[in-house]
Amino acid sequence: MIALTEYLSLAAVLFGLGIAGIIINRKNLIVVLMSVELLLLAVNTNFIAFSHFLGNTVGQVFVFFVLTVAAAEAAIGLAILVVLYRKRATIEVQDLDVLKG
Amino acid sequence: MSVDNSLVHIALLIALLPLAGSLIAGLLGRCIGTKITHRIAVALVGASFFLACYLFKQIVLDGEPAVDHVFYVWANSGIFNFNVGFLVDRLSVSMCVVVLFVSFMVHIYTIGYMQGDPGYQRFFSYVSLFTFSMLILVLANNLLLLFFGWEGVGLISYLLIGFWFKREAANVGSLKAFLVNRVGDVGFILGIAIVLMFFGTLNYHEVFRQVPGMLDKVIPIFPGFSPAAVTVISLFLFTGAMAKSAQVPLHVWLPESMEGPTPISALIHAATMVTAGIYMVARMSPMFEYAPQILSMILIIGGTTAFFTGLVAVVQNDIKRVIAYSTLSQLGYMAVALGISAYDAAIFHLITHAFFKALLFLAAGSVIIAMHHEQDMRKMGGLASLLPITYVTFVIGSLALCAIPPFAGFYSKDTIIEAAQQSHIYGSTYAYLCVLFGAFVTPLYTFRALFMTFHTKPRMDAETRSHVKEASWVVWLPLVLLAVPSLIAGGLLIRKMLYAHPTLLANTVFVLPEHQVMTHLAGEFHGAVNMALHAVTTLAFWITIAGIFTAWFFTAYRPSASTWFKGHFSWLYAVLINKFGFDKFNDVVFVEGTKDTGHLFYEVSDVKLIDGFFVNGSGSLVRWFATTVRNVQTGYLYHYALAMVVGVVVFLLYFVWGL
Repeated sequence: MIALTEYLSLAAVLFGLGIAGIIINRKNLIVVLMSVELLLLAVNTNFIAFSHFLGNTVGQVFVFFVLTVAAAEAAIGLAILVVLYRKRATIEVQDLDVLKG
Repeated sequence: MSVDNSLVHIALLIALLPLAGSLIAGLLGRCIGTKITHRIAVALVGASFFLACYLFKQIVLDGEPAVDHVFYVWANSGIFNFNVGFLVDRLSVSMCVVVLFVSFMVHIYTIGYMQGDPGYQRFFSYVSLFTFSMLILVLANNLLLLFFGWEGVGLISYLLIGFWFKREAANVGSLKAFLVNRVGDVGFILGIAIVLMFFGTLNYHEVFRQVPGMLDKVIPIFPGFSPAAVTVISLFLFTGAMAKSAQVPLHVWLPESMEGPTPISALIHAATMVTAGIYMVARMSPMFEYAPQILSMILIIGGTTAFFTGLVAVVQNDIKRVIAYSTLSQLGYMAVALGISAYDAAIFHLITHAFFKALLFLAAGSVIIAMHHEQDMRKMGGLASLLPITYVTFVIGSLALCAIPPFAGFYSKDTIIEAAQQSHIYGSTYAYLCVLFGAFVTPLYTFRALFMTFHTKPRMDAETRSHVKEASWVVWLPLVLLAVPSLIAGGLLIRKMLYAHPTLLANTVFVLPEHQVMTHLAGEFHGAVNMALHAVTTLAFWITIAGIFTAWFFTAYRPSASTWFKGHFSWLYAVLINKFGFDKFNDVVFVEGTKDTGHLFYEVSDVKLIDGFFVNGSGSLVRWFATTVRNVQTGYLYHYALAMVVGVVVFLLYFVWGL
């Protein structure tokens, strides 16, 4: 039997990897999208673990919602990426500083 | 209508007639033309003068009681009432007669003097308005109305000095007169305010009634220094008088006022307005009598003015300026008389001085007309045969000014000198010496002017000389009419003014028994003729004769001697020509000082503090903050993400572990 702590540790590691991916990555915007997926997966893992250990299925229902939203988000994100590439001919994160003050 | 009331209504009419004349000349002057303007103005002032004579007869000669009547409540503020009311008593009607007589003469004279001037109607309007203000000043029954007249004459003096407003000197002179008078007026209005604070009223009679009970009231200024309220009031009121009556060191405006037309110099800056301060102190005598320190101060300032400004007149070359400095000196004599509590003598000298000084100015004006507005005596000379009437009247005026018996000035001035000798108040010895040696200086400058103008060989070109002739009757008639009182007023009035019981002013002036200086003189007085005959035994008379002789020696007999004198006493000459440096001092200390202070405040507090620190400082602070903070906003996604993470961590640390 795997203990709750181990699920949570896994989720934390995944989450940390996701954040690290967003922060450290300077090159490819797709990596950022992937990192975001990682964050969502870490959260999902937490949901399921808690749902299982608390004997409450609401958490698992939430996971479906999250997955749906994540899919939609990935689709939109990739679409934006395509448009961005057409416009700027680059998808490197460090080139995208239009918001600079 | 009772007798009292009719008298006070006559007084009201006396004051309002010149106002009507002024309004007609000022508002309708352009429509009705010069001729009708001057006819109306002269007629109204003349009518006013004759009414004043009637009033004088009723009050002074027939002994009607004084009337104190309120016409109108000007303002009512809680417990204070500010009234417009007249006090018709011996002092005010005497002043009225003098003011109106000189004003009447000047009105007539102006017809000739200002002929063809583009501001002819405006001039008449101002002169009539001046007469109105002066009458209000004299007739007022309370200090506030006096102040109204006081400011009124000051304003019109300003307007008239700057009458020829295209000349720069006239503008500068009028501004100077106005500003110097403001200095005194600050003191004057403070004095009025303190009177109101302690007495609760400004009416003369009510104030005077309370004065003896107020002597123990003090004004604590700082610990250990609490002067009596009466002393402080007297000091402030006298400050006002110092500016108006041109006493050292506030005398600097009077010589500059000579930029105005000559009739104005005669009326305002010699006969009437400048004596307002003397009148005011005499009027407030029940107050000043209880402030012996202030009387001493008046005495010392008066003595200084009498002697030292007379010296300056000796080196002046402008005929009007010589007479202006002599006016200063004579005002000093009046102030000395006030200081020794000889108020009767001060008013007596005021009256005689009004006649002979107006005469001298108008005669000088007559010379100026004949010389085509040349005022420099170095370009005159030998005019006696060409201007006989002017010459004779000028001589009469000069003799009166120099106190040669039996001319008017002799009686009043000699009385002041004698009275100063009798006084025991602090500073009286100094004042006595000043007025005594003033008696040497007065004939020196007067006869210097007389010789330089009318005798000695002509120094103008032949062209000018061929045009010199006596002006029309409107110019010489006032001279003759003023010469008469300059000749006889002194001898006629002296007994009535000083030694009769009651005197002409009677109880309108108040003298404490211990300040009384006239009793001793009264014992020696045996009639006007005797006094004139006894003049030869007095020191003052021989000093005067010496002055005349000196003037004759240096200007007429040996003009080269004065050049020698100037060369060997150049330091003295420099001191006098610089008028003891008062103007220089004022320029350096007050004008430049004010400019420097203004500059300092401009550079430091305005430019540096307000503009630099507050206005631009807050702007650049915001700009600096924005430039610094904008570096945070890089636009990179990963920076924002990091910031969010750090933020979350910080909040977690704070909320979960309470760090």
